[in-house]
Order: sequence, then structure tokens, then C-alpha cells
Amino acid sequence: MMFLEALMQYEYLQKALLTSIMVGIISGVIGSFIVLRGLALMGDAISHAVLPGVAVSYFLGINFFFGAVVTGVLTAVGIGYISQNSRIKNDSSIGIMFTAAFALGIILITLLKSSTDLYHILFGNVLAVRPSDMWMTMIIGVIVLISVFAFYKELLITSFDPTMAQAYGLPNKLIHYFLMTLLTMVTVASLQTVGIILVVAMLITPAATAYLLTNRLSSMIFLSACFGSLSSVLGLYISYRANLASGATIVLVATTLFLLTLIFSPKQGVLWRAIRTRQKRTSYS
Amino acid sequence: MEKALSVKDLHVSYYGKEVVRNISFSFDTGKLIGVIGPNGAGKSTLMKAMLGLIPKDKGTVIINGRPLKEVRKQIAYVPQRNNLDWDFPINVLDTVLLGTYPKLGFFHRPKKEHKQWAMECLQRVGMEAYSKKQIGELSGGQQQRVFLARALAQKADMFFLDEPFVGIDIGSEETIVRILKEIRDQGKTILVVHHDLSKAREYFQELILLNQELIEFGKVEDVLQPEQIAKAYQGQLSFLKELAVKP
Repeated sequence: MMFLEALMQYEYLQKALLTSIMVGIISGVIGSFIVLRGLALMGDAISHAVLPGVAVSYFLGINFFFGAVVTGVLTAVGIGYISQNSRIKNDSSIGIMFTAAFALGIILITLLKSSTDLYHILFGNVLAVRPSDMWMTMIIGVIVLISVFAFYKELLITSFDPTMAQAYGLPNKLIHYFLMTLLTMVTVASLQTVGIILVVAMLITPAATAYLLTNRLSSMIFLSACFGSLSSVLGLYISYRANLASGATIVLVATTLFLLTLIFSPKQGVLWRAIRTRQKRTSYS
Repeated sequence: MEKALSVKDLHVSYYGKEVVRNISFSFDTGKLIGVIGPNGAGKSTLMKAMLGLIPKDKGTVIINGRPLKEVRKQIAYVPQRNNLDWDFPINVLDTVLLGTYPKLGFFHRPKKEHKQWAMECLQRVGMEAYSKKQIGELSGGQQQRVFLARALAQKADMFFLDEPFVGIDIGSEETIVRILKEIRDQGKTILVVHHDLSKAREYFQELILLNQELIEFGKVEDVLQPEQIAKAYQGQLSFLKELAVKP
């Protein structure tokens, strides 16, 4: 059966598609700030750190969104505390805190639930998206997009020139933890599509692709969201046709888009750079 | 008359090690003030502490008769150039436009008139032809002029510049000094951290001579006395001598 026909016919596929598009958009938007602030490793950390929260939520029978946000933000605070109050550098404190949270999560999940659930949380399974998951993703998406729109100026200046922001009285730390909260929410939304392990790819790869193509933050965010959702749709399609793991396929599509851009981008691409260098050199010989 | 800027008994330390101590001075409005002293004298530290960017152990900073917290948006700060991400996706005009952010406040976007104003500030530093360039494509002097334009865009009463002349061309340096003198004549107060003693007399009207402690402040000709300069720079000399005698 063709993908489009199947899409018309099966509700689960429609849900999967809508969910992955929304995840592609919001991870692209938040990812832009993560890339520009040099927080790629932090993105990886927070996404892993939601695991114990998810486990405890299952145990308490509440929506896993709440537990995930709590442990995600707590880990971000812990990382900040260690790197600001000791000689341990930021990347090391990230490494310590997120592996601890992740290990705790694995133990909790295996104690409380079967290992199949762990597999789905780690690697995602977009075709098993339930209506409640889809609605949660939509609500998270709307909250994230409104937040970024409302605080665009503050996110821009604290990313580019935090010293100026602090000098005129912006609460830089609060804005950092606000961004970490949004990041946690994006991670939760992505659990179903790409899973914890690969969330960081959805945050970094489309944003990095956009970064190679533009010199304006607003266009970078827009392009990043486009690449994110395009990767989701294409990845879902390929994984459906070829019966591959959805999360992994989505990530590889995003990587392919990145590599094509890395080579062919008009300004930053390695191909045009090489051609321009060569032209210059031959013009002297 | 109320002083534009008044610092009383300021002490700053990093992890218990005192960097500047016991600093008190005050200046009237409409002055172009240089902060000079040897390397490690705590010039940038003093400026950052006055701006509340680093915590102080003791002391008060009063600006136009009010505590710093109430007047932060009236102060434009041009930090040292080296700790910015020059690959950030932002062009020259949008960088200057950031200067309008403090007074816009939350939830308000810069409008057409703000962009026009940013463009005027860019013209004032002679950089209007570069408005669409990404900031990393500019030379050091051009970047510094853009950041001065951003400070102008802030419509501040007080300007703090940290080592603005490091690594820039002489043309940009002259442009910046000319504009600083213009805004001084409009009644603004300007504080400039500067490491080069030789230009101090030419650029500034007033000086703060510093070496961890305040050596002297006031009019250039009063501060630049041989015994005071020796006092400010002597710490370094004796340090060198100490190194020399040790085997």
C-alpha cells in the first residue's frame, strides 16, 4: 500500500505524522538556541536526565511529563551548582550529573516495569503514539513556541552578549533555567518519536544545518524548524516503507540534510570554499 | 550639586583574595574620565563591580544620586571585545538595535523608528555602509565602532568602556575619541578603562589612577604627577627586582 493511502486509512499513522512534525518544529526552534549557546552537551544531558522522572511518574501513575520536567530541571541546577562552586569544569560536571541521573533511571525502570518499556523510551516508537501522547506533544509545542516568541529579545541578547544583558539588569540565570525547562519539555515531547538517546540529534543537527545557511537568528530558527519537520516526515515515510526503526531513520535523514548543506552551502559549504580558494590561487599562476 | 558618579569604600575580591580595596571617588556630570594603572591593577574589576557584574564585598556606588539598581538602563557598557561569539548569526544593524532593548522592556519589539534610530547611530560612527554585514566580517576597529553605536543607541546618561582601543586601527581610535568628546559635551559622563599612559593627557579630562588601591583621582594634570605615577607602577618594578635577585 502506498504511504499516502495508508496515511488516509490509518489513524495511528496520522497521529505519528502530526506528532513528528510538531517535534521536528519545536526541537528545531529550541535547538537553535542550544547550538548558539554552545550547549550541545547540555542538551544530551537533559534528555538523558528525564529518565528517572519518567520512571517515577509511571510508578505514581501520573503523566510522565511532570516527573520528566522535575528531574530534567533538577539535573540542570545540579550541573550549574557543581561548575559554579568548584574547580570542576562545565563539561565534566555535565558528564557526572547526567550519567548519574540516567543510571538511576535505568534501575528505577527495571525495578518498576518491564524492559520493553525501557526500550521504547530509549529509542522511541512513533507508530505507537497514543492520542493522549499526541495531545501532550501539541500542548508542549504550543507552550514552547509561545515562550520563544514572547521572550525572543531576551533569548537573543543573553545568547549573543550575556554581559550586556546582565549590565542592563536581565536575570541571566533565570533565563538559562527557563531555557533548560523548555529543553526538558521538548525532550519529553520527543520521547515517542526519536527516544531519549537520539533527542540530541533532533536538537543539534537541524539547527546546525540552518546555522550554515544564514546570518540572521530569525531565519536560522525558521530554517531549523523546517529541517526538523522535514527530517521527521521523510524519516517516518522511509521507516514505514522499509520497515526500519522510526527514530533512527529520522535522525539519519537529518544527518543527510546536514552533510548535503555542509558540502553545498553557498557561503559556508566546503565545496564553494574550495572552488573559491582554487580560483584565487590559479589567478596568480 | 549632585555628583554624577560617586563610589564609596569599594572592596572587591575573588575567592577571598582582594583585587581592589578601599576605593572612593566622585565626579561631576559631563566628564570624560580615564581609568588607568598597570596590568593587574584591577581596572576592569573596578568597572565590573561598579556595574554590578561581579559582587562587591563592601561599598556603595551612587549614580545621579540613586543606587545602581535603579539606573541600570541609563548606563551603556562596552565590554572588552574578546569574549563575544563573532560567528553569531547577527548583522551590524541588528547588533546596534540591541541597544534599544533595555528601554523597550519585556514583550515589546523594536519598531521601524527604533531601526531608523539604530541606523542614525551607525551613521554617526561612519559604519552605515556595513549595516547588512555579519559582525564577524568586520575588522577589530569596525567592530568597536559598531559597539559604540550600540551604546549610543541606548540613549544612556553614562557610558562605561573597557579597553576600547586595544587592537584597533588609528582611524577607528580617532573616531571613537571624537564621539566620546562629543557626547561629553552633551553632558554625558564617560568612564574609559585604558592601559596606555601616553595618550591619557590627550584623551581625558579627568583620571582615576589605580593600583589595587586608589592612587589619585581628579584633573589629568593633578593626577599625572611623577611621584604618583611611580607609586602606581612601583609595585610592578619591585616585583621584577624581587624576581631578579632570586637564583
